[in-house]
Amino acid sequence: MAYTKRFDGRKFDETRKITAKVGVVPNADGSAMFSFGDTVAIAAVYGPKQLHPQHMQNPEKGILRVNYQMMSFSVSERIRPGPSKRSTEISKISEWALASSTLLDEFPNTVVDVHIMIPQADASTRCAGINAASIALAHAGVPMKDFVTSVSIGKMDKQMVADVTKEEEDYEEGEGATDIAMSFMNRSENLVHIQLDGKISAKELKEAVELGRKTCKRIYEIQKKALKDVKDMEEKNDK
Amino acid sequence: MIEESNLTAKRIHEYLEHGNRFDKRDPEEYREIIIECGISKKSEGSAKVKIGKTEVWVGVKMEVAEPYPDSPDKGNLMVTAELTPLSHPKYEYGPPKFDAIELGRLVDRGIRESRYIDLNKLCITEGEKVWQVFVDVYSINDEGNLLDAAFIAAIAALKDTKVPFYDKKEEKIDYEKPSKEKLPLTENEPFNFSVYLIGDKFIMDPTQDEESASDGRLVLALTPTKPISICSMQKSGEFEISEVKFSEILDSVEKVHKTIFPRVQKLIKSSVKNGK
Repeated sequence: MAYTKRFDGRKFDETRKITAKVGVVPNADGSAMFSFGDTVAIAAVYGPKQLHPQHMQNPEKGILRVNYQMMSFSVSERIRPGPSKRSTEISKISEWALASSTLLDEFPNTVVDVHIMIPQADASTRCAGINAASIALAHAGVPMKDFVTSVSIGKMDKQMVADVTKEEEDYEEGEGATDIAMSFMNRSENLVHIQLDGKISAKELKEAVELGRKTCKRIYEIQKKALKDVKDMEEKNDK
Repeated sequence: MIEESNLTAKRIHEYLEHGNRFDKRDPEEYREIIIECGISKKSEGSAKVKIGKTEVWVGVKMEVAEPYPDSPDKGNLMVTAELTPLSHPKYEYGPPKFDAIELGRLVDRGIRESRYIDLNKLCITEGEKVWQVFVDVYSINDEGNLLDAAFIAAIAALKDTKVPFYDKKEEKIDYEKPSKEKLPLTENEPFNFSVYLIGDKFIMDPTQDEESASDGRLVLALTPTKPISICSMQKSGEFEISEVKFSEILDSVEKVHKTIFPRVQKLIKSSVKNGK
């Protein structure tokens, strides 16, 4: 059976309902919540601030440090609190993706900390996390040369789909499911992160990347709007 | 930096001498409380609680496990708290530090000693299989009084909890199957007070600055019996307290309980209803 209709009735290139909200953690320098349907991510940014221990400092520029964590109750089987191999890897790939957009040359010996939390998961949590973190970085006023947006593209049997759910991730018919998480810079349109699990031809992978790039453009508009809304509100409050 | 915070602490002391606080609250007055249940679909029950700018999320997960040897016919309760670096720059990653351990233990003790969860009803096969209830606390924004917020959120999450479907033959839990079975809870709903001692005064619901300016706290969980009972208590911090002051605090929490407990109960009730 080919995958001719999505489990939740979405169009193939349609994401789940996206919500983006800025300023969810008042203590932080910048923060945001981002969700793809039932997948929710919260990100908070602290910094630039002095980096300790001192030997980790870079006298040339500030560094970006990302930590991704799922809440224990975000999935059916409770996750033990504390870091895992998975969360350690996702933290790093998110860091790589986001670091290429930030300009920290002016802040030697400092660190910008990005904390990502997942309170509810239905696949694509790393993408939601990166999207929340991008907004939070901009909200914190961290200098950026471009803006990172992330999405997961799936290949269900032979069909490309945007923004994969857990149910789709577990699809086993035909060629099964291939899950490709990727992140793009908005302006340069360069890839800053890509991961793949499954089986896919080079030609199909090119198609998947193209779909990812186009989808990210639309997600970016929602991220931008959330930031603009909060800026307008703050300006109004100042008056 | 240190001098600055010393100045703030000094000011807090001076204000309190006249019964005043920076945000104009009375010493026993709480900030606005907002409760929202059902915030995470994969949990058995969940809630977020805001007290002023402080925000805590709590989720309940249930598993089938072996009972503890000293309670073969009772379910297990485990409370874990994480003070996340997301919620305040003073927190760091790594193994839980004392603050997080104490917070988890205080929430655990209040719930356990009140016998709010009827653990006897969570026994599946005596000596072999019982339900294990995990209550996990995450700080989202710490602007003081995290403990009372966490406690309210834990109670709200427990009220929101549905016991998942357990297939005895297959010995498997089906988390996806919708369940209507509520967690067995009793009338003894505990409410926690963290009373902060500042000089010879005391306050409730402190802000972050007030917490730092305090000498320590007295933590009490009360259950709504007649008269009110205290089911757990802990003096936390290095300070001395006179018997007179101690009685004053007891009178005070008993008085405040009369108004805040029904208020919070009502908030939880309407939120649990909205969530379902």
